Amino acid sequence: MLLLRIASTHVRNRLRQTIVSTLGVALGVGFSVAMASLMEGSQRDFMTTLIEAIPHVEILDEKRNPAEQPATALYDAVAFHGLRPLEDLRGIRNPTEAIASLREWIDGDFAQRLSGQSVLRYSGQDIGMTLVGVVPGRELKVSKIREDMRAGSFEALDATANGLVIGRKAAERLGAELGDTVTLTSANGIAKRFKIVGLFHTGITTSDEGLAYAPLKAVQILLEKPDIINSISVRLADINDATRIAARAERQLGYKAVSWEEANEGLMEAFVVRNAIMYTVVGAILVVAGFGIFNIVSTIVHEKARDIAILKSLGFPETDIQQIFVLEGLVIGVLGAIAGCGLGFGLSSYLATVKFEVTTDIEMTRLPIHFSYVHYVLACLLALFSSGIAGLIPARKAAKLNPVDIIRGAT
Amino acid sequence: MIAAQPQTGTDTSPLLQTRKLTRILPAVVPVTLVQDVDFSVGTSEFVAITGPSGSGKSSLLYLLGLLDRPTSGEVLIEGCGTADLSSAEMASMRLAKIGFVFQFHFLLPEFTALENIMIPMQKLGRLSAHAQLEHATGLLVDLGLEDFLHRRPAQLSGGQRQRVAVARALANSPDLILADEPTGSLDSAATEQVFESLQAIVETQKTTVVAVTHDMDLAGRMQRRVHLVDGRIDYDRVQS
Repeated sequence: MLLLRIASTHVRNRLRQTIVSTLGVALGVGFSVAMASLMEGSQRDFMTTLIEAIPHVEILDEKRNPAEQPATALYDAVAFHGLRPLEDLRGIRNPTEAIASLREWIDGDFAQRLSGQSVLRYSGQDIGMTLVGVVPGRELKVSKIREDMRAGSFEALDATANGLVIGRKAAERLGAELGDTVTLTSANGIAKRFKIVGLFHTGITTSDEGLAYAPLKAVQILLEKPDIINSISVRLADINDATRIAARAERQLGYKAVSWEEANEGLMEAFVVRNAIMYTVVGAILVVAGFGIFNIVSTIVHEKARDIAILKSLGFPETDIQQIFVLEGLVIGVLGAIAGCGLGFGLSSYLATVKFEVTTDIEMTRLPIHFSYVHYVLACLLALFSSGIAGLIPARKAAKLNPVDIIRGAT
Repeated sequence: MIAAQPQTGTDTSPLLQTRKLTRILPAVVPVTLVQDVDFSVGTSEFVAITGPSGSGKSSLLYLLGLLDRPTSGEVLIEGCGTADLSSAEMASMRLAKIGFVFQFHFLLPEFTALENIMIPMQKLGRLSAHAQLEHATGLLVDLGLEDFLHRRPAQLSGGQRQRVAVARALANSPDLILADEPTGSLDSAATEQVFESLQAIVETQKTTVVAVTHDMDLAGRMQRRVHLVDGRIDYDRVQS
């Protein structure tokens, strides 16, 4: 307590320098907190958008490893040459049975899909489309397409056997409107007429220009794949369970099941790298603030050489002298950290209110800010560590000062 | 260098004793500050260390006060050797047993007279906070500074500052006070006040005072005078 009082007195008596150094730390902590809030906010915002846009688990009509040929299973010690793999119609058969078996142990919603390439023709213009056959009621439970609808409705696919929902941009390119009839032609050359019953806008150009939804039965007919689907989308009650559920579903059905984490593995790694960069920058800011503290504590040590001699002559050991000057660094660090937390909160709150346009559709959006005590604790700990080190270096010098040299110099 | 072994103090041991005390400053041409000084000081003595400039008076005082380490020889306090003490142990001994008064007051400028006196008490922690305040106030009152308890050093005169320094030296009721030219920067009236304060300490508190001084009049009024020339004791005599 006595050492802290001496340290506080030293710091208080150099008010201007103390304020400048404290401001340095406060700015460091404040900007670190604001930056961390913004970075995590954007990450969470992105993740939420991503998780809502994609299935949590997607079971595809592929095998993780090539299927064994029957001859290989029977004669595994023999090498075969010139055998052609068995031609098989690709797809998940008996989807109703497969979904029922999954529903027994998975808490979530399921939707089956059949996707394929087709060409959409209207008034002499052609656009390549990925046509997705869906059961509308189920699809709406696993995707957010309802929120992206701009005209008509997705549910209309249920009522219209040859209904079609396409992106608004695709419709604009073709000059088609809601209620118009267009022609879809499959890769096998089969053509079928569909009526546009809905237009959507996701903001993702590839989807808005190249994705179309139609009832599953109609797509199965067009693609000549009766009672076959090529994916099952699962929306889980607990997204954190996705990896385990995907692995079990894959074992159970034999088809490749991909969790949202696996599907976005590269993105997750990018976030880790991004966070590492952020904390490096935050650390660098606080190191710079630490130099300010180093400067003031060094100045105090220089100016207070005589006091150091006095304290030593009174019987204060070197460790006490060192502690006094480390405490001086920490006092500035603590003051700066407190002020910085206030500044960080203020900055984050302000940034959360900033609005700006991001698309030509005049969508107003706000900066995504995530408020978390972890940012404050981390920034404060870094600031205190930086302050402690900044105080320690001159403090060690102070502790080593020979009081006799100082007393002789003074006399 | 002969390292003397610490000894166990006895009732008959002098308060302060030196054995072949030598201090040489290492340099291209080493400078001998103190050489082969042997002397002892008992309790309740008022000793003057005199000598011309550069004779090693202050250097001897710093060695006696454990602020500096001898090149050879040893200082014994109450019969206990100090050669093998760590710097922390030496600091602890200074805190409990020795008080310093320097030529310049050397008070901490940001603290009041009372706080300056209480700092060593707080460090030692022997007394309760209330007792510390009472003792510090008593010391200042005894030295005639009752009206200046809450003044900072800059608000005091030279003589007053030096008396506060004397009070601070007495804060932990040490057995020994070492004073380095305590009146060197004072006018004659203030000199007299400080001298009388030191004399009163010896007489009333049975504390030993060893003071370095250039002032031959003052030295003549002390009980004993140790005169140094070129770092060696020229003479050591008791004065009437």
